[in-house]
Amino acid sequence: MSAVVAIEKPWRKQSPQRVLSAIAPVLTPIVAASILVKTTGLDGRLGFVFSWAVVSLITLIIWPIVTRKPASRGDLFMQTSVIFAGGIFLGAITWLLQSVLVPGFRAFRFSLLVHDAATVGVDTPLNQGGLLHAILGSLVIVGVATLISVPFGILAALYITEVRGKLVPYTRFFIQAMSGVPSIVAGLFIYAALIVSKVLPFTGFTGSLALAILMLPTVARTAEEVIRLVPDELRYAALALGGTQMRTVLQVVLPSARNGLITATILGIARVAGETAPLLLTAFGSNTTNLNPFSGTMATLPWYIFTQMTLGTENDVARAWVAAMVLMFIVALFFVLARTLGKSKSARR
Amino acid sequence: MATETLTQADQIEIVTKRRLSDKIFRGILIFGGTTSFFVLLAIFLYLVQRSMPVLREFGLGFATNSVWYSGDGYPASQGSADPANFGLFPMAYGTLLVALIAMVIAVPISVMLALGISYYMPKRLSGAVTFVVDLAASIPSVLFGLWGLFILVPHARYWAQLLNRYLDWIPIFDVSFPSFDQSPFVAGLVLALMITPIVTSISREIFSQTPLELIQGAYALGATRAAMIRNIVLPFGRGGVVGGAMLGLGRAMGETVAVFFVLQLFYDQTNWFRILESQGGNVASLIVARYGEATEFELAGLFGAGLILFILTLAANFIASAIITRTTTKKKVKK
Repeated sequence: MSAVVAIEKPWRKQSPQRVLSAIAPVLTPIVAASILVKTTGLDGRLGFVFSWAVVSLITLIIWPIVTRKPASRGDLFMQTSVIFAGGIFLGAITWLLQSVLVPGFRAFRFSLLVHDAATVGVDTPLNQGGLLHAILGSLVIVGVATLISVPFGILAALYITEVRGKLVPYTRFFIQAMSGVPSIVAGLFIYAALIVSKVLPFTGFTGSLALAILMLPTVARTAEEVIRLVPDELRYAALALGGTQMRTVLQVVLPSARNGLITATILGIARVAGETAPLLLTAFGSNTTNLNPFSGTMATLPWYIFTQMTLGTENDVARAWVAAMVLMFIVALFFVLARTLGKSKSARR
Repeated sequence: MATETLTQADQIEIVTKRRLSDKIFRGILIFGGTTSFFVLLAIFLYLVQRSMPVLREFGLGFATNSVWYSGDGYPASQGSADPANFGLFPMAYGTLLVALIAMVIAVPISVMLALGISYYMPKRLSGAVTFVVDLAASIPSVLFGLWGLFILVPHARYWAQLLNRYLDWIPIFDVSFPSFDQSPFVAGLVLALMITPIVTSISREIFSQTPLELIQGAYALGATRAAMIRNIVLPFGRGGVVGGAMLGLGRAMGETVAVFFVLQLFYDQTNWFRILESQGGNVASLIVARYGEATEFELAGLFGAGLILFILTLAANFIASAIITRTTTKKKVKK
């Protein structure tokens, strides 16, 4: 028998050896860096990270040249870079989440969830007062913002999917542009239009309006995508049964896109739940529980984190970490909810 | 533009002969469809109107001068003894600089990550990584600020000192005063982590639209994965990646609280390129820092700052969506 020529099949699963040769350049620098830390003056964990970064950059370039034939060098180079990029990103995100959740969890007391900050001054011990006012305020403000932005978002989506008129590209374009409005500008706009003009004082409602501006494009875009998935045959059938366009849309199109629309709403909520800057300029903040969005200033979780951070004493910062943990949980909850609901109808792009 | 992405059948409205209810309903929908335009217009008009006193006082100097001094709260033209003087240039330039640093760090990582998700990772892993990327995109920005201020700053100081010690012959790593906290570099790091998920998910979407025939063709010709990516995926997705990067840039320029805590603002001096120096500028942070104790005239200045920020981000977004639309359209034509 003649020698069997090995054909490279990139679509096949990789042999363990090849996978190893992609991972090895990630591992060697770790070993090399440990040796460097032991032998040279670079100190501690940071020294390790630094020498690791330098050594691995060098390996990233040299390793493929040493181990591979010219044709497949690029491939190994790419594989290693992908592992690097993924490692850096996942590492950084894990670092962030861990550093938010651990101190938050450590300072967490159940009493923090059921009291407001009416009795809390600067650096009050953690067993007094809490952040109930901020949680409730966030819920009210985001709730009102949802009530404002969802109808408009769905109307905009319906204009694109049902009327299909000449303005569709422009509508899309402006929704896209609106999604790029910086959150501080949305707050500044409400501040300029309503508060400075003395139309409304600082209230929770002005905060809701600012958030609604930020929420609208997210809702509109997602809603457009899910309504587009409703087959035209359903619309033809509804019209053939004698329905008007309005009844077709209200009784056929929207109900069949219901799950997707809920997803759109939840994504919008997740988008604005953590917004801080517009609330600084509009809802302002408060130390007591205020559930009426139309009178008096209102506290929110992001605002609470912001102010506790600026106070800077040990207990206040601990409160900020707890609030951050609660906020992260709320946002993650909404995100997972949107994901599970959206999966059935593949609502998300 | 976007019309070309719709097929013919999509463009025809499904409706019977118009009845009165249809006309009313259409009216409501058209109203809904134009909301976004009117909101944008209202934002622009209100900011222009509110910042009029400052714009009239300083004219173009408001964008090009380097000073932020509120004095006794009145401009020189109203006979003030201690006149207020506002010029936004260091802030506007600083915003761009910080956003640029974030882009330089975030875009390569995002593109590699997106390629990894699309072509290198096993299916399960790529699903999990996609989940983490999307979750990371929804982390509130105030958490980035909290993390940046209390956790990242000491580490970033160490990295900055190292960069400065060994690479200070490169002008951008030089400093005139050895304090490394609150530099554009730190703010750039925080923003980079913030926009990486956004750029990644847009790049991934564009990459996933690469025609399968071309990919299979490249493999059939014996290309390695790297060669396939270099010759098929990247040329195809280039526009999308640039567009995604521009969207990230817009996001990075408009970010407020994450930057506010980790950047030292200098109102009267422009930090041109010394990214490790604890001196920078940021329009959004300026607004948060100053609005609390602002006099009426300074408030007008802050509205002007908001207007400039609005225009900057809007421009970035227009360019981004134009590029993305063009790329998507081209793809349809190819098919």
